[in-house]
Amino acid sequence: MKEGPHPAGVRHGRCRASGTIANLAVAAALLAGCGESPQSVLDPHGPDAELVHNITRVLFIGGTVIFLLTMACVGTVVFTRWKLREVLGSRRSILVMGIVFPALALAALLVWTLDIARALVLPRSAEPMRIEMIGWQFWWEVRYPDLGSGGALVAANEIHIPVGREVELVAISKDVIHSVWIPALRGKIDMIPGRTNRIRFMANRPGVVRGQCAEYCGAQHALMAFYVVAHPPEEFDRWLEQERRPAPAPSTDFLALGQRAFGTAGCGACHAIRGTEWTGGYGPDLTHVGSRLSLAAGALDNHRGTLGGWIAGAQDIKPGNRMPSFNSVLTGEELRAVAAWLESLK
Amino acid sequence: MTPPPSEAATEPRQQWAPPLGLPNPAPRPPDEEAQLKKVWRQPRGWRFPTVVNNNWIGVLYIGTAVLFLILAGILALIMRAQLAVPDANVVGHELYNQLFTMHGTMMMFLFAVPAVEAVAVYLLPAMLAARDLPFPRLSAYAFLAYAIGGLVFFSSIFFGAAPDGGWFMYPPLTNEQYSPGINQDFWLLGIGFIEISAIAGAIEIIVGILRTRPPGMKLGDMPIFAWAMLVFGAMVVFAFPAVIVATALLELERAFHWPFFDANRGGDPLLWQHLFWFFGHPEVYIIFLPAAGMVSMIIPAMAGVPLVGYSLVVLALVGTGFLSFGLWVHHMFTTGIPQLSLSFFFAASMAVSIPSGIQVFAWIATLASGRPRLEVPMLFMLGFLFIFVLGGLTGVMVAVVPFDWQVHDTHFVVAHLHYVLIGGMVFPLLGAFYYWAPTASGKKMSDRLGKATFWFTFIGVNLTFFPLHIAGLLGMPRRVYTYPAGMGLELPNLLSSIGAAIVALGGICFVLDVARNFRLNVGADAGNPWNAGTLEWLPNENYAARSIPIIRSREPLWDDPDLVENVNAGRYYLPGTVTGRRETIITSPVDAVPQYLQILPGPSWGHVLGAVGTAGFFLSLTVKLVYLAFAFGIIGVIAILVWLWRDTDHGPISEPVAVGKDLVLPVYVTGPAQVSWWAMVVLLLVDGTGYACILFSYLYLWLVNGDGWLPPPEAAPDLLWACGAALLLLGSSELIWAASRLLRRVARGRGAWPMRLAMLGALALLAASWWLDFDQRVAAGLRPSESSYDATVAMILSWQGFHVVVLLVMALYTLARSLAGRLDGVRRVTFDNTMLLWHYTVVQGLLGLALTHGFPLAIGQGAV
Repeated sequence: MKEGPHPAGVRHGRCRASGTIANLAVAAALLAGCGESPQSVLDPHGPDAELVHNITRVLFIGGTVIFLLTMACVGTVVFTRWKLREVLGSRRSILVMGIVFPALALAALLVWTLDIARALVLPRSAEPMRIEMIGWQFWWEVRYPDLGSGGALVAANEIHIPVGREVELVAISKDVIHSVWIPALRGKIDMIPGRTNRIRFMANRPGVVRGQCAEYCGAQHALMAFYVVAHPPEEFDRWLEQERRPAPAPSTDFLALGQRAFGTAGCGACHAIRGTEWTGGYGPDLTHVGSRLSLAAGALDNHRGTLGGWIAGAQDIKPGNRMPSFNSVLTGEELRAVAAWLESLK
Repeated sequence: MTPPPSEAATEPRQQWAPPLGLPNPAPRPPDEEAQLKKVWRQPRGWRFPTVVNNNWIGVLYIGTAVLFLILAGILALIMRAQLAVPDANVVGHELYNQLFTMHGTMMMFLFAVPAVEAVAVYLLPAMLAARDLPFPRLSAYAFLAYAIGGLVFFSSIFFGAAPDGGWFMYPPLTNEQYSPGINQDFWLLGIGFIEISAIAGAIEIIVGILRTRPPGMKLGDMPIFAWAMLVFGAMVVFAFPAVIVATALLELERAFHWPFFDANRGGDPLLWQHLFWFFGHPEVYIIFLPAAGMVSMIIPAMAGVPLVGYSLVVLALVGTGFLSFGLWVHHMFTTGIPQLSLSFFFAASMAVSIPSGIQVFAWIATLASGRPRLEVPMLFMLGFLFIFVLGGLTGVMVAVVPFDWQVHDTHFVVAHLHYVLIGGMVFPLLGAFYYWAPTASGKKMSDRLGKATFWFTFIGVNLTFFPLHIAGLLGMPRRVYTYPAGMGLELPNLLSSIGAAIVALGGICFVLDVARNFRLNVGADAGNPWNAGTLEWLPNENYAARSIPIIRSREPLWDDPDLVENVNAGRYYLPGTVTGRRETIITSPVDAVPQYLQILPGPSWGHVLGAVGTAGFFLSLTVKLVYLAFAFGIIGVIAILVWLWRDTDHGPISEPVAVGKDLVLPVYVTGPAQVSWWAMVVLLLVDGTGYACILFSYLYLWLVNGDGWLPPPEAAPDLLWACGAALLLLGSSELIWAASRLLRRVARGRGAWPMRLAMLGALALLAASWWLDFDQRVAAGLRPSESSYDATVAMILSWQGFHVVVLLVMALYTLARSLAGRLDGVRRVTFDNTMLLWHYTVVQGLLGLALTHGFPLAIGQGAV
């Protein structure tokens, strides 16, 4: 069971793109449906993405009009004997249609969009909430440097933000280049080893959107996604309170067996779980793994079954990722217990 | 042996006025044409691989490029099969990642660039009524190296050894830590070497266009295709060295751990991106401009009127060439580069769409002034306009920085780039194939199959790529081997895969048509089936047109109805062979004043073995068979030296000859009128651009790391030694200068020792200068694998060292020619070319010393 703010699935949101449909070419609209994807440029969840969405709209209308007019010119000169042909056949038409018009149109576009680009880069608020996101092959480490009790609050593959508060996302990589892309909130920024990039964005309505790695980063680049959950402020505080707690002690013998098996299989060498002895930093922090929306960076839903499947066959599900398959290490009983214990880490 | 002609006989002609009548009387002597045919006959049977005629090489070249188009297309079909439905399992991630890497790499490097070079090799001599390009063996060598290298490179996919780092090969993913296999080495060595072949082709094309035009054809009267190829050549010269240097740096990082791109040791992954896109963006226009040039030839012929706005189109081509070098950062909008720099590249990206606008409306204007005929080539032109204009408009969209932050690296960009490249290159190329096929095979291709090809590809391409715009906006990144259901991606992807199958049907129709209706048949006269106005529609043989006409207009076939008859009857220049060898008229670059008669080499095994050796060397190195590589390298170098020794710099083999009434031309010239002097100068531009990229890397890494990147003053070598090295360089240049003056006095191999000694002295000073700098650096503790500073300094040293070795080989070769009596005061092209490279190397060395020793000093670091 997901707790309060978490929707049961990833699909959510009303059909907000109805305004867009009119603007896109008809075929595009048919294909796009209502832009109902959780990862759509056409369904913005915040003011920054809305600015870009406005640009998208203008570009599509303008592009469609210019395309149709140009094709009308081609059609006229090839298939008709209209008088218009003489006009189009002159050197002056090349100067007007090929130089003057594009120069004016592009200059206008340049000025307008540069202004928007500036608005996107300028901070909205003096004190945004800072989130450090570190790309790894093929998952995301998420750190809230100001929210932990004594140090950063560390999580993985999921970002939680309060609605209406600006977020500064600090994009870092320590292996290869990744790019964090959240279409519904802002756009993307590359994570480049040796560099620190920052983008700011804000959600203006609650909901869950999906993000994904956009820079090819190796074998499992395709399975490197994450969710962004935007909470109403008070709900965010409740989430934060929950997230700050260490992992609960196992409440049954079966869960305790799971915790022991986790230790004997060596999982703690790579994974940290606050409130236990395990502090490995090589894989995702699992303190509240049971409360997350997905497993393996968006590759799987998250429940006891998928947890067990992932632990047993990580290399079959996402070959080339850094986690070995544990099907030959853990017995069936132990596997079920580990999965149950991890699921209990809400 | 005829006595050598006087020195004055090797002066290029400077003045020429077109004669009033025709330059040669007809009828011609009866055996003249037969002798011409005999001299130019292609080798047959087992000697066929030695062929060098541009018709043959051109067609083989085009065929090979089309083969790679088909192979890379098949890879794309496999990818579309995998992506047809969510979570599919047609291929695994390993193969998929190789597929998209190979698809992009092959389409760019093995299809697009070679294809346009191939068309140029095939068409240019005919269009310019030249007998052949100025260096036929160089084209043949470039083709063979490319064909062998390309096929082996492609085969890597059958062994799972194909590169899988993406066609852009971004480190650190592609460095030895994250890609330990040989996959990426295939890319780095294979592609790096195929680029060298592309550069060889570009040099050939530039010199061919500037120096082998028919007498009287001024630059402003050239066919637009020649203009496009001239801009193409210039762009290759300045763009390709960047990628060659980048691949060299990455290979050095992989093989020897020199950390140019490793952030932990002072490198920067973005350095690769700058170098790669400094090549990669012009690359798009390198592919598009020649295709635009073809369109500017086909549309006037189809409309029956000259191109409207010729000078505007030329301006657009040249303008695109310039602007395209200021755009590369628009591939890096999401890397976190400051907004101000982004705005500059944003504006430049907008500006580059204006030249395309000019061309589109020039084509529309041309169609409007004539009566367009809807024949197969014309259909492809219309398809081109539709797809390319759409791709151009989405190009403006992705240039808008905030929009690019969303769609960069998504399927929106996949859709955009395929619209631009398929629209802007493949459709014109298919149209060009249908249009020019009669010049090669003597008849048109099938109308029915041609129309089927057009409709399948036109509908298929739109169905494949239009939905991908939507997929991108709905959140589908690029280079993903699978995607989840429930994000709205199912329908666009399914449609796209169906579209890909329809494109494949078009491809099958095209292959069928070629199989049934295309046979290379040099000499079969197709006449002028489209009633075009340019010279490639003159009756053609291996030697191109029978005689070389005087050209005064842009569409000579339209303006002079008797031209075909007069050319064919041999009434123009050079109706036969005057020296009994292959020859062509070399004209001045701007006004096309005939200057001299260049003797052209014929078939040989030298360049064939040279190509095998070169390709074998790089490929063996890739698979780490060092000894085999060494063997291939030796074979290659020896074969090339033999080829040069026997068939270049033949000297003045006869007195000046008459190629027509009132036109007597020398058969050998030296100095700046020589075509090989031009080729050498262009090669030095390539070389200098490569060096500039290395110096850029040094300055860039300094900027990224700050002053702390430079070693502390006490760790730097003493400046005095660097000054000594610089003086030695200057002395070397001075000695080679002296050798040049001494050579002038040498006649027939006598009294050559002062020149030889001066040359040996120059060589000694050059080597000593390099050794001095190297020794000082080693003594100061140069450790290239420890920091990017040391690696960059080592790279500058190595580059210079490579030049010293090349000059060593060239100097010994020149001395050997002197000892063999093949070098004297008149016959000295070999020496002149060596001297050009010599002075260049000295300048390069001085720049390197100034940067590595002077720069730290100038900014207050380093030795005091």
